[in-house]
Amino acid sequence: MSDASINASTPREDEAGFGDYFALLKPRVMSLVVFTAFVGLMAAPVGVHPVIGFCAVLFIAIGGGASGALNMWWDADIDQVMKRTKARPIPAGKVEAGEALSLGLALSGLSVIMLALATNVFAGAFLAFTIFFYVVVYTMWLKRATPQNIVIGGAAGAFPPVIGWIAATGTMSVEPWLMFALTFMWTPPHFWALALFMRSDYDDAGVPMLTVTHGRRATRVHILVYTVLLAILAVGTAFSGIGGPIYLAVATVMNGLFLLGAWKIFRRNEDDSEVDDFKAERSFFKLSLLYLFLHFGAILVEASLKPYGLGGW
Amino acid sequence: MALKKEHDLHKRRFGRNMGVGLLLGSFVVLVLALTMVKVTSSGFQFPQTQGTQD
Repeated sequence: MSDASINASTPREDEAGFGDYFALLKPRVMSLVVFTAFVGLMAAPVGVHPVIGFCAVLFIAIGGGASGALNMWWDADIDQVMKRTKARPIPAGKVEAGEALSLGLALSGLSVIMLALATNVFAGAFLAFTIFFYVVVYTMWLKRATPQNIVIGGAAGAFPPVIGWIAATGTMSVEPWLMFALTFMWTPPHFWALALFMRSDYDDAGVPMLTVTHGRRATRVHILVYTVLLAILAVGTAFSGIGGPIYLAVATVMNGLFLLGAWKIFRRNEDDSEVDDFKAERSFFKLSLLYLFLHFGAILVEASLKPYGLGGW
Repeated sequence: MALKKEHDLHKRRFGRNMGVGLLLGSFVVLVLALTMVKVTSSGFQFPQTQGTQD
């Protein structure tokens, strides 16, 4: 045995555990993907065998996780600068960037092929496009190039319900695009609120977030404008094929609260926010998580009640 | 008495190997279940192979 091989086999004290590789897949983002893809699948007007439905949601989730690993591979340099991300497996030194790349590519291929085999080729192709969009268009191209990064990049996170719908039906229609629009319009105010109270993070990393390029006042205005547009869309969706009285009630209450939160953020200045450590911004961010969950939950309830002659209009 | 004290590294490696093993096992079961559902569905047809004579 040569010295080189002895050195190569020397164990590292901080060797990664299973959980570190799982963390590469961004489990919290994956939970959103699982839920919205499941709702897309259930809201579709055709029945799906439970095993096929399970496989569809699983492989969409794995595709989402693969995108997360590829995102961490590419963004390792800025992740180690930002407080929010420096504990991730690559900046923490537990996983090599190359390992994240390999895992991301392998899981991308596996998820796309398996989704196509389990459901249909259209769904597999759409998942491949989503991974491409998130990794190449958002992560590699837009994130460091434009303050509209989060707006356009939000599309990648909004595709799962569309893929779920296509997995069930094999075709496209207006309803999955309403679910897409809901997540797409929700993403900017959600992230801009985060950028307001994670003050120097994006600045230190050189990521051109709206707070950095156009200032914090402009970000507050943007949050309000997007929230107004989102409210119109979200309440309007109640009168589509995926809506119904339960959805309308949830949308009315949640959008009222969300508009109120956006208005508070708009009315505040930096001094007000500093005094209470960005209380309104933090509350708005937390509310945004509940907002999306309850909207998709209401769509799911409407879809689940339809076989019993309830749900929908 | 154990001859060798178990290091935290060994636990981590065991956890990693166990995780990969369970995932691979689950994947095999999943593919089997999926195949069963596909071949027992009403619309299933065996693909025509080239050179098959009726």
